[in-house]
Amino acid sequence: MSLVQQLPALQVAVPLLTAPLVILLRGPALAWAAASAASAMAFAIAIALTATVLSQGAISYDMGGWPAPYGITLNIDALSALVLLLVTGASAVTLLCGRASLGQAMDPGRQHLFFAAWLIVLAGLSGIAITGDAFNVFVFMEISSLATYVLIAAGSDRRALTATFKYLIMGTIGATFYLIGVGLVYMMTGTLNFADMEVRIADVTDHRPILVAAGFITVGLALKAAVFPLHIWLPGAYTYAPHMVTAFLAACSTKVAIYILLRFDFLVFQGNFDVHAVRFVTFLAPLALLGILVGSAVAMVQGHLKRLLAFSSVAQVGYILLGASFASAAGLTASIAHMFNHALAKGALFLAVAAIATRVAGLRLDDIAGIARRMPFTAAAMALAGASLVGIPGTAGFVSKWLLLQAAFEQGAFGIMSAVVVVASSLAAVYYVWRIVEAMYFGTPASGETATADSAVAEAPWPLLAGLWLVALSNIYFGLVPSLPITLSETAAIELLRNMP
Amino acid sequence: MIDGTMPPALFLLAGALLIGLTRGHVRTAVLFLAPVATLWAVWQVPDGVAATAQFLGYQIEPVEGSAVRRLFASIFSIMAFTGGLFAFRQARWYELSAAYAYAAGAVGVCFAGDLITLFLFWELMAIFSTVVVWCGGSPAARAAGIRYAIMHLLGGVILKVGIEGVVVHTGSTDIQPLLATNFDTWMILIGILINAAAPPVSAWLADAYPASSPTGSVFLSAFTTKSAVLALILLFPGEPMLIWVGLYMIFYGIIYALLENDARRILAYSIVNQVGFMVVAIGIGTELAINGAAAHAFAHIIYKALLFMSAGVVIYRTGVTRCSDLGGLFRTMPLTTICGIIGALAISSFPLTSGFTTKTLISVAAEQQGLVLVYFALAAASAGVFLHAGIKFPWFVFFQKDSGMRPKDAPWNMGAAMVFFAFLCIFIGVYPEPLWALVPYPVEYEAYAPGKVLFYVQLWLFSGLAFFLLLPLMKRTLTISLDTDWIWRVVLARSGLWLLQVLQVLGDQLGAVGESVRQGGGARLGRLLGSAGALGRTWQIGTTALWIAILLTGYVLLYYL
Repeated sequence: MSLVQQLPALQVAVPLLTAPLVILLRGPALAWAAASAASAMAFAIAIALTATVLSQGAISYDMGGWPAPYGITLNIDALSALVLLLVTGASAVTLLCGRASLGQAMDPGRQHLFFAAWLIVLAGLSGIAITGDAFNVFVFMEISSLATYVLIAAGSDRRALTATFKYLIMGTIGATFYLIGVGLVYMMTGTLNFADMEVRIADVTDHRPILVAAGFITVGLALKAAVFPLHIWLPGAYTYAPHMVTAFLAACSTKVAIYILLRFDFLVFQGNFDVHAVRFVTFLAPLALLGILVGSAVAMVQGHLKRLLAFSSVAQVGYILLGASFASAAGLTASIAHMFNHALAKGALFLAVAAIATRVAGLRLDDIAGIARRMPFTAAAMALAGASLVGIPGTAGFVSKWLLLQAAFEQGAFGIMSAVVVVASSLAAVYYVWRIVEAMYFGTPASGETATADSAVAEAPWPLLAGLWLVALSNIYFGLVPSLPITLSETAAIELLRNMP
Repeated sequence: MIDGTMPPALFLLAGALLIGLTRGHVRTAVLFLAPVATLWAVWQVPDGVAATAQFLGYQIEPVEGSAVRRLFASIFSIMAFTGGLFAFRQARWYELSAAYAYAAGAVGVCFAGDLITLFLFWELMAIFSTVVVWCGGSPAARAAGIRYAIMHLLGGVILKVGIEGVVVHTGSTDIQPLLATNFDTWMILIGILINAAAPPVSAWLADAYPASSPTGSVFLSAFTTKSAVLALILLFPGEPMLIWVGLYMIFYGIIYALLENDARRILAYSIVNQVGFMVVAIGIGTELAINGAAAHAFAHIIYKALLFMSAGVVIYRTGVTRCSDLGGLFRTMPLTTICGIIGALAISSFPLTSGFTTKTLISVAAEQQGLVLVYFALAAASAGVFLHAGIKFPWFVFFQKDSGMRPKDAPWNMGAAMVFFAFLCIFIGVYPEPLWALVPYPVEYEAYAPGKVLFYVQLWLFSGLAFFLLLPLMKRTLTISLDTDWIWRVVLARSGLWLLQVLQVLGDQLGAVGESVRQGGGARLGRLLGSAGALGRTWQIGTTALWIAILLTGYVLLYYL
């Protein structure tokens, strides 16, 4: 057996095994180097796996040679490949370019622990994306969540502790709900393997426990995905976490929860209950629409840059769910493509925030007034990513919003209503992105910081700037040549709908 | 990525990028070469679809040639060149860069063979024209830029919804003549008309353009409205509603221009007025009328830019824009005065200027279709144009009383740009055949029939007489004209505030209810969205736990219902 065939296992094993190694290495520079190397390797593996999926279709891998349903299988199809790309890509970019920002956030003595926790998050999130076993998902979810709490609280901002506590409670409730749901399904079907569950659930005659299980799983994962009104942990966690952690998590963590939600709902529940699709729509669509409206509206009035972007994320989760709640191929394609494109836009925005934070003390909109004169490249990249968030043509954000509207138009009256909401929220996005751009380009710094402070502020460190521009330009690239995310999402949508009548 | 001819817009776009990257003489060279290269590329585009590409599963056609597309693209390139010449020593580099990217959007729209490409370039124009407005630099320019951006992004969203609807429902992205019959086509029509400054949103134009820098307004005057005219020619020729929309624009422009005191706002209103002529022609929709619209757009860009250039020079030299503060500048600015007068004569369609040959084309088209009312309205409007743009602008700026100012005449580059366009105004007026060769349909039209010339000369003589008789009334003091934008800036703002108050009261009520549910736990709900408000605040864990319970119950109940 060649190493190439072991790639699915290595995807999780590399970061998971590097984590203890990082603790042993101790020195902050070495720890960073090892974590970055492992992360970059994970990204490379994800790219290789995606290439295989694109050329040969889904990959199935039996852990330890135990065949399903006895052993744990790893399944990589188009959807998991896309999520894997997001998780590993976000981790690799933020780690490789974020050393300066991280060094600022915490003292060198604790950095090796931080990097170890980071790798565990990476391992956990990638694990969720590739495992084919429902209980295994729970294990990886807990691994990644526990480590995430550490990452969020790692900064010097003491307010992060309250935010972490809140996230911990919410995250634990979410995971527990998920576990209860999986337990109920196991009770009725006797299996934990997704593929097996899909088949056996059709024979279950008593639907009541399954329905309750669906409820627990949906609500639990909605908590993890920060679906409105269960989003409350998100603004605090994003705002007070170290900036690089925000960039990493904002790009991928909620998307992983949505990934599992889609997988469970469409493959296991849909198609086995004749009315499930209708229920799914009636339950999730209002939440998605409310989330879009409320998230955008709140973002419009926020004064803190990270909080503003965090509430915008709540709205974007709404977009992703809205696409899924159409329960059509076009809707799912839009939804999955938006996962990818939003990760690019939000990742770039939070990287820009991190870049600004290396040079400026506060992150309120007043603090970044006039920053464009002193950090022209950072400001330009931020404006570019903001354009992608709004959905200006030529950027990645345009592509998925276009697909979403297109899917909405196929839906009749409900679709028109959704289209109106999406359009209204786009205008809201214009407004809040505009506030950032206005502050950066036209704001005048407060009178307190005069010329001396001005001269101290220079452009962000070059690795950070390079990473930022890489992501910002990929927003343009995937806006003009969107074939990769579109192909993956279309394939994923077809796979998810295979049980639908 | 793209098979076939390269889109000419890319030359200008590359130029815009290079302007940002280069310095000194290299930048100047880029500034002049990019529009020339674009013009060359424009004439390499053959008729029909010249390039195709795949985007989002659609076959898109980034380059499609036809006579009318080349006509608009040519004048846009010439405009970019002359604007660059006018501005390159005075404007900041980012204004030039933005203006070139803006021009690239306009050229891109000209050759867009499908709705998606059209939309891409449409938004490119919206973004970079906003930047050009901002380059005015003053707080007023910033505020106007924001209003401008909101208006255009709104227009863009409406256009996008329309395009998307057409694409989903017909399966075709091609640009082909449509009629406003259903929701989708209406949305497209409205989206385009917003850019053409049609009612009820005509006011964005006179709001934003005068706020830009003296050089920026020259670029702004050319592209947005005229590319909307081209889009209307391609998508809605012969849409009867356009006649009435156009007539409204014509008279709206005249009336507000007559009331206005700011030199550039007078010119901005006369853009609305002139675009109104073109919109009427598109609404008539015959071959002659479409020829008239296209030719008039060509001539209009030249003389309108010329007028904005002369106003720009005055502002650049004196820093004053109000007519009541200007006057008597002809003594020291002879070149600017002469060029301004030529532009004014052209816009009033005086014989032997470009305006005469092209505008009468539209009147004749109305006459041939038997649209008597429209014909007389157009004739009356011609007199009105002479009144506000033909006499009022040069009179108040260059003659009138002696304001005491003795500014220097235009810098050489601005002078050269003005002379070039003044020459074109007269050249097209005297010898229109080269322009006739460009228009979409063959022309059999005698511009200088003696009877018609006599008719128009009488018209001007009387309106000129009226101007000087009514001069005491025309003397502008410091007034502010209330425009339709008052509706959205004041009424909407007030009703918005009122709505917020209602929401706040509602929020308070809800808060009271929620509190009794949670037995007084939690603070009162304040402002709805702010950091202290119900939705923006960090919620207590208990609140969320409650939500979790509600959602779970809701979910399970849904299934049992």
